[in-house]
Amino acid sequence: MGFDQYHEPPEELSPATRTFARMCASLTEEAEAIGWYEQRLAVETDSEALAIMRDAQGEEFKHFSMDLEFLLRRTPLWREIAKGILFQAGDVVEHGEESEARATGEDDGGGSSPSADGTGSLGIGGQTGSMR
Amino acid sequence: MNHLLRELAPVTESGWQTIDSEAQQRLTPALAARRLVDFAGPHGWEHSATNLGRTTELATSPHEGVGAAQRRVLALAELRADFSVSLKELRDLDRGAPDVDLAALDDAAHRIAVAENVAVMHGWAGAAITGVADASPHESKELGNDAEHYPRAIAGAVELLLRTGIDGPYGLALGREQYRRVVESAEHGGSLLLDHLRKILGGPIVWAPGVQGAVVLSQRGGDFMFDCGQDLSVGYASHDEQAVHLYIEESFSFLVATPEAAVAFSA
Repeated sequence: MGFDQYHEPPEELSPATRTFARMCASLTEEAEAIGWYEQRLAVETDSEALAIMRDAQGEEFKHFSMDLEFLLRRTPLWREIAKGILFQAGDVVEHGEESEARATGEDDGGGSSPSADGTGSLGIGGQTGSMR
Repeated sequence: MNHLLRELAPVTESGWQTIDSEAQQRLTPALAARRLVDFAGPHGWEHSATNLGRTTELATSPHEGVGAAQRRVLALAELRADFSVSLKELRDLDRGAPDVDLAALDDAAHRIAVAENVAVMHGWAGAAITGVADASPHESKELGNDAEHYPRAIAGAVELLLRTGIDGPYGLALGREQYRRVVESAEHGGSLLLDHLRKILGGPIVWAPGVQGAVVLSQRGGDFMFDCGQDLSVGYASHDEQAVHLYIEESFSFLVATPEAAVAFSA
């Protein structure tokens, strides 16, 4: 059994950091497995084998997503940046730069988006529940 | 940089903060209609259509013996209000001037807010939007000039909605003149008319510039749908030696799912 998910001496790491590192390693393994299945599916010709491997890859999608959600819950900054990138339509790189700037407070305001909704709007929205 | 091209404008960080803040302050009180309907989004500038879940039968298909239909969608419409800000005023703002002239921005914000209110409440034929008031099958009655009669009229509308099976709470959009009459009126005994109407409705009463008369509509949800693409944003168009030319824009569609969930009053 290897312990190579630790980059620093494990005894110097807190239990929370060791758990975090294990989950990062797990996330990496799930991503690798997804990639391996993708390659296998690309070359396999037996329909029964294909069906099984598609099902197995679906399991890896689930595992990867669960690992990622765990890590995001434990890492507020990561989660904040991810919120501006994941499941957003449009330019991924642009969303990434904007989201990082917002989350880290490095947004210089020089013409950048004033709202946190990722669309560059004024962030007014529906104002539900307001009463005048 | 996105389609608003803000980074290309000769406007400093504090200049943008002031422009955005002023736009928010001017837009928020006037955006009445969206407070009374279901608001979905913002889905961004790329969002182009609202799913209607319906199809149109096609007379022909690519091959004999195969039926065909085409999905119907409601395309989003765009509103844009242009305005300019003097570069001299912006330079003064950077020096700390507290009284920068942003009248053109204020006017643009009001224009686009009124346009949105009109589209939602009275419709916009060019964009295939039917408004809340226009869609209502209930007879539109005159609200009149005497605010003393408003509680009876509004209570009648609420009773009509209840009789139709439309549950509350209910909201009330009042045109400018009707709102003024309500807030300045006190009933016998000194209680405010505004408070009396709130008790009848159980929901919000909003100042709705652009609305002709008044509209009572259910707030139970699911009856009126505002689908927002790009929410109100300030973008950059161009600049010259004197001024920077900006605009406020938005994209949206609006759909009435339950026409009988509203009662309109003419002015």
